[in-house]
Amino acid sequence: MKYPLISSRLAARLTILPFVVIALTIFVGCVLWSVQLSFTSSKLLPNSDFVGLDQYIRLFNTTRWIVSLKNMVIFGVLFTSGSLILGFLLAVFIDQKVRAESFFRTVFLYPHALSFVVTGLAWQWFLNPALGLQEMVRVAGWESFTFDWLVNRDFAIYTVVFAAIWQASGLVMALMLAGLRGVDPEIWKATKIDGVPTWRVYLHVIIPILGPVIFTSVILLSLSVVKGYDIVVAMTGGGPGIATEVPAKFVLDHLLQRANIGLAMAGATVMLLTVIAALAPWLYVKHVKKGANG
Amino acid sequence: MKFKKYLSGSVAALCLAATCFGTAALADGKKAEVIHWWTSASEAAAIKVFADRFQEAGGEWVDNGIAGDAAKQTFTNRLLGGNPPQVGQFNVTREFEEIVDAGLLNNLNAEAEAGNWAEVLPGIINNVIKRDGNYYAVPVNIHGSNWLWYNKAAFEKAGAKPPTDWDSFFEAVDKLKADGAVPLAVGGEAWQERLTFNAVLLSVAGRDFYLKLFNDRDAELIKSEKMGEVIDVYTRLRDLVRETDKGSPGRSWNETTSMVITGKAAMQIMGDWAKGEFISAGQKAGVDYGCIPAVIPQSPYMISGDVFVFPKTGNEADRETQSLMVNVMLDKETQVAFNNVKGSIPVRSDVDPSKLDPCGAQAIKLTSSDATHVGSTGMYITPDLAGAIQDIYTEYWNASDMTKEDMVARLVETFETVN
Repeated sequence: MKYPLISSRLAARLTILPFVVIALTIFVGCVLWSVQLSFTSSKLLPNSDFVGLDQYIRLFNTTRWIVSLKNMVIFGVLFTSGSLILGFLLAVFIDQKVRAESFFRTVFLYPHALSFVVTGLAWQWFLNPALGLQEMVRVAGWESFTFDWLVNRDFAIYTVVFAAIWQASGLVMALMLAGLRGVDPEIWKATKIDGVPTWRVYLHVIIPILGPVIFTSVILLSLSVVKGYDIVVAMTGGGPGIATEVPAKFVLDHLLQRANIGLAMAGATVMLLTVIAALAPWLYVKHVKKGANG
Repeated sequence: MKFKKYLSGSVAALCLAATCFGTAALADGKKAEVIHWWTSASEAAAIKVFADRFQEAGGEWVDNGIAGDAAKQTFTNRLLGGNPPQVGQFNVTREFEEIVDAGLLNNLNAEAEAGNWAEVLPGIINNVIKRDGNYYAVPVNIHGSNWLWYNKAAFEKAGAKPPTDWDSFFEAVDKLKADGAVPLAVGGEAWQERLTFNAVLLSVAGRDFYLKLFNDRDAELIKSEKMGEVIDVYTRLRDLVRETDKGSPGRSWNETTSMVITGKAAMQIMGDWAKGEFISAGQKAGVDYGCIPAVIPQSPYMISGDVFVFPKTGNEADRETQSLMVNVMLDKETQVAFNNVKGSIPVRSDVDPSKLDPCGAQAIKLTSSDATHVGSTGMYITPDLAGAIQDIYTEYWNASDMTKEDMVARLVETFETVN
């Protein structure tokens, strides 16, 4: 009786094999190739002229790269926490059994249907001192009103954070709302009987239950932090000056415009290491700890 | 198992289809696929001049316009992947020399000799399209990137005169400012700030300085007094723009040009592509707007342009098609027709100047003698170094805490470390 079972398993494996091979060669192979190129002097075309850590030394001596890394941290922390908090509050709001729930749900989720490019452009127009909000308030009568963060090199990165939170918090809301709807109604009944204030229930009972949902949201949000490129290009083009540059833009500029594959791949490798460093604690918890317990 | 069979079947079908297309493309004679990045309305109209003339000459033009930098990337990838188009586009810079060295392009010596390129093309451009004595690219136009465009009505209203040197430039600025116009509008994007810096550099330091700096890579010059003067003028412009042109950061060049067209701003430093905006707004050169090549008269004019290259495709018939394309693109009449639409001037100096507009007529005088023009920085230095110094220009233009000495030190360091 065992024979058919083995054969079907074998067939399944054989079917998967090509995809595994493709995935390994394309994803892992290309990653390895990229890393290898970062140790070469490749310009427009890839070459194998080994130059050691030269590209990395230049990378970390480049002001623009350092500014990019700082911006990724500022953007990452504010964008992730902002979207989580706003998304959670929106979900809680909708969970209060409000009227026209589906209307609000759609409105809050709608920004997520727009790409980062469209989001960036729309916010660029809205925050442009000569066209948008500032001009509108001035025309309405308050003539000394000034809101020029978009063109101010010290604040421009925060406008990018605003726009990104506006775009992403709808998604977080949808995830959180699904989580909230999954909470056992008995818990609510029990806390009502005990007379626990609602905010404390949310803080001490509901949020821990939502743990996995929050985790998923964080992963989704951090991915858009690392690959963040389009919103910056559409909103500020990295400017004023180099004030809103991000690592992905540095890599693509050096790849596409500046014909320096070596330096671009060094930047990409640092980005990859950042992702691995961010994922390491999770991988540890998920695999090593589980293994120890099992 | 059924699924697997289906899968392998469809893969086979796909492969078959691909080979079919492949052979079909090879079999055809005068078919030329052209990868280019001229996709905006006026650019598309310009390249259509080439396409029409090529069809008339018996070729078949297969248009593959890809907007932006992706065009070069697509072209390079297909070249490396062994499936090159017959024609690809680059700027007149050193960016295609690696492809030449890798032996991927056809040399055009036969066409060059027949067309007497050495005589009719400007020397600088000749240098860029030649490598080790062989020709590898066809230049099609000359753009000038340092022009001063100004609104004549705004100047008259303020009682200001077009500048003849930087002192009179700032005198005009004061009058224009008092009159309420934005004296000089600058689009605050990195490349526009670089363009401004280069215009100042050429007008203050001159041709020899420029060539020693970029062609001979003499980094000592950056520490010189002359460079100090350049940075001083650049700083004055920066402070002027910060004070009077609040909407500058991130503004595109054509929005900036339209400020000059409407009289909101009086002047803009921009390449001759700005002319297209004046023309499409129905304005006339010398009547509604004025143009000064090289910003300050008697300064060197900075030229750039586009070239087409012709990859080896491994097919003899393609080589003939490419030869036909070369001759169509450099034909005298086609050159005038194409460049009048594009806003640039013909790459050959032996065309009839009366067919050009007043700005173009001034420009072609400057390009006919080697002493009055220089190439854009991209003809002398790599895109990598050009990009790295652009980062410094834009940082300085936007910074509050970066001193002149910082800028000099950073430029020297970049010149010494980046290849």
